[in-house]
Amino acid sequence: MVSNQEVVEDIVAHFGEKLFNLEEPYGLLTVTTQRENILEVISYLNDHEKFRFTFLTDITGIHIPDNKGAEFGVIYHMHSWENNVRIRIKVFLSENDINIPSMTGIFAGANWMERETFDFYGIIFTGHPNLKRILNIDEMDYFPMRKEYPLEDATREDKIDALFGR
Amino acid sequence: MTDQELIIPTTANEALALNQPIVEDHEYTTLNLGPTHPATHGIFQNILQMDGDRIVSGEQTVGYIHRAFEKIAERRPFYQITTLTDRMNYCSSPINNFGWHLTVEKLLGINVPKRAQYIRVIMMELARISDHLICNSILGVDTGAYSGFLYVMQEREKIYEIYEEMCGARLTTNMGRFGGMERDLSPTAIAKIRDLVNNSLPRIMGEFEKMFNRNRIFMDRTVNVGGITGKRAMEYGFTGPNLRAAGIDYDVRVMEPYSSYEDFDFEIPVGHNGDTYDRFMVRNGEIHESMKIVRQALENLPEGPYYANEDHYYLPPKREVYRNMEALIYHFKIVMGEIDAPAGEVYQAVEGGNGEVGFYLVSDGGRAPFRLHFRRPSFIYYQAYPEMCKGLTISDAVAIMSSLNVIAGELDA
Amino acid sequence: MSTVKMVEAPEGLEGSGFFATSLDKVIGLARSHSLWPLPFATSCCGIEFMATMGSHYDISRFGSERPSFSPRQADLLMVMGTIAKKMGPVVKQVYLQMAEPRWVIAVGACASSGGIFDTYSVLQGIDRIIPVDVYVPGCPPRPEQILDGLMQIREIAKNEPLRRRNSPEYKALLESYKIL
Repeated sequence: MVSNQEVVEDIVAHFGEKLFNLEEPYGLLTVTTQRENILEVISYLNDHEKFRFTFLTDITGIHIPDNKGAEFGVIYHMHSWENNVRIRIKVFLSENDINIPSMTGIFAGANWMERETFDFYGIIFTGHPNLKRILNIDEMDYFPMRKEYPLEDATREDKIDALFGR
Repeated sequence: MTDQELIIPTTANEALALNQPIVEDHEYTTLNLGPTHPATHGIFQNILQMDGDRIVSGEQTVGYIHRAFEKIAERRPFYQITTLTDRMNYCSSPINNFGWHLTVEKLLGINVPKRAQYIRVIMMELARISDHLICNSILGVDTGAYSGFLYVMQEREKIYEIYEEMCGARLTTNMGRFGGMERDLSPTAIAKIRDLVNNSLPRIMGEFEKMFNRNRIFMDRTVNVGGITGKRAMEYGFTGPNLRAAGIDYDVRVMEPYSSYEDFDFEIPVGHNGDTYDRFMVRNGEIHESMKIVRQALENLPEGPYYANEDHYYLPPKREVYRNMEALIYHFKIVMGEIDAPAGEVYQAVEGGNGEVGFYLVSDGGRAPFRLHFRRPSFIYYQAYPEMCKGLTISDAVAIMSSLNVIAGELDA
Repeated sequence: MSTVKMVEAPEGLEGSGFFATSLDKVIGLARSHSLWPLPFATSCCGIEFMATMGSHYDISRFGSERPSFSPRQADLLMVMGTIAKKMGPVVKQVYLQMAEPRWVIAVGACASSGGIFDTYSVLQGIDRIIPVDVYVPGCPPRPEQILDGLMQIREIAKNEPLRRRNSPEYKALLESYKIL
């Protein structure tokens, strides 16, 4: 059993300024890093002899339009089964330069998670072997999970403003 | 054809042993399996490269029932999202429901009374049983044994009757509320659950296992078919029975107990090779373990309230709404989504029918989540499918798919 | 005495050694008692169809013993579950592959109208791409409701005039869906 404190001490000693915004919301260790370091951070945690964060639970994206200069986020959840401790790593990207290294080289399972994130948010994962839409139709010309796009089906005429407030 | 000698395998074992390298300038047949192929109950498309009748490689297309759960979730008040989680893994909807309730309770800091936690455990384990029953019986259908399906469907109907007793619905249950349950276990429900876990289900499972476990045809079709090593399964993000079949005993119920799972004594069935047969056996084993948990929970069911005293979040009972002013006000406020949640970031995992179902919730303090992401186990492990089918025949591929228990609703969200 | 029950004969003229009725009625009777459904199950409603098909509710009591997974030999297309826009062309193609006479049931809210999924990716009802005969409400409908939907189709099949499929109205209907 490893506590969050031990993990924090180790990664701060190793990475120093490269990690910031260390938090612990609801007991889950959360760190933020830069795009340049993400590959290094994840492979360090994956290869770490003691912590062994060998399981990538999830990759997902987030769009925060008000966060100027860092509108898009990519969030990684990693899990160490041997020590039963989780870590959440966040990277924020600017709208104009929306790309991040792919994790497919380390985790085979990252493939579809990254494709899904690309499909929803248009975040480009450089080095991904097959980055194309996965859930939506190929002809779709926007990224639907971005906050500016509506949820509803635009082709529907029977739902009128008076009744449904659209 | 090249002049290299091709040995045509007759059984799956031989095909695996062959493991011939892919020959350049060799002609392969492209075969489109799906999305409405009768053998792939569910809508999955696989474009397979075939060498004779062996699969060389494959590519899946998914998203045929993409319903935009995550986008809908950003527009709905918290309690309305329960209806979305039902429809994710519809074979075991209570697990998804309570997973979502646990997430929100974590965010709001609600302590659920012990009795409600036990009732939840009972319902979640029944859901796991029904999920595994469907998966295993359909695997039987796909390997040519239709009668197993007919046997166990009766038992699943009994589980549905228990759901009906709890909430009125059969499939898309909505029996939980933030802070507890919508209603208490009725004497009828208790009698039905007792009958199920003590009499009928063990008997039917005995017959079902007698029919399959050492069945020559079934074993020929499943042993050493679609195996995956534990390490590879971990890289692919496998969780749940499919991972445990590969020999890794990761179970969220044990690792991070939620809803009082630490009170129960149960084992985690584990396989060796991660092949179709192991997955089948692990699921069967889990059905027995789930029955054990349900029996313990019924035995030790604590007395007390079945919901937390949280007026702001727990939807008041209907009879109160009609008679009591305050209840009416809270009913109105909750239903109209006027109660704001605190800002925060939560990840809650539960052990679903197929593995770790995760809810990543980012709340900005409004009535709806700012972002809600579902970690859907089927979506993550289905990517390993072409690798598992390599070197096998179409009929094996069909058996592998049903043993993986890929649920289209969960896959495509 | 056999326990096999016979259906009642349609209205007609009966005398010694003969029975006369119209061809429509005889064929309608035969069709309505052996509808071969094509289960097009995509999501939750498909699980309820599994229950309908299973031992408890047993759809074969109503002449649908054989679920035809090939559209060519099917009479009845049962669309169960959400149809996303990506799936729309596939549904249409399956419908086109079926031979006349063909009937369609939209089982569940999603197939009927999109249901709760009024989203960018979901087709708002399959009647936007193919004509539908019977809508079964519910999210998901109970097996009894699905059976009731089947009974409605049987009524339609029984009473449908043979020449309906050649009528200008029917052709206009298909044309409105751009099916020629």
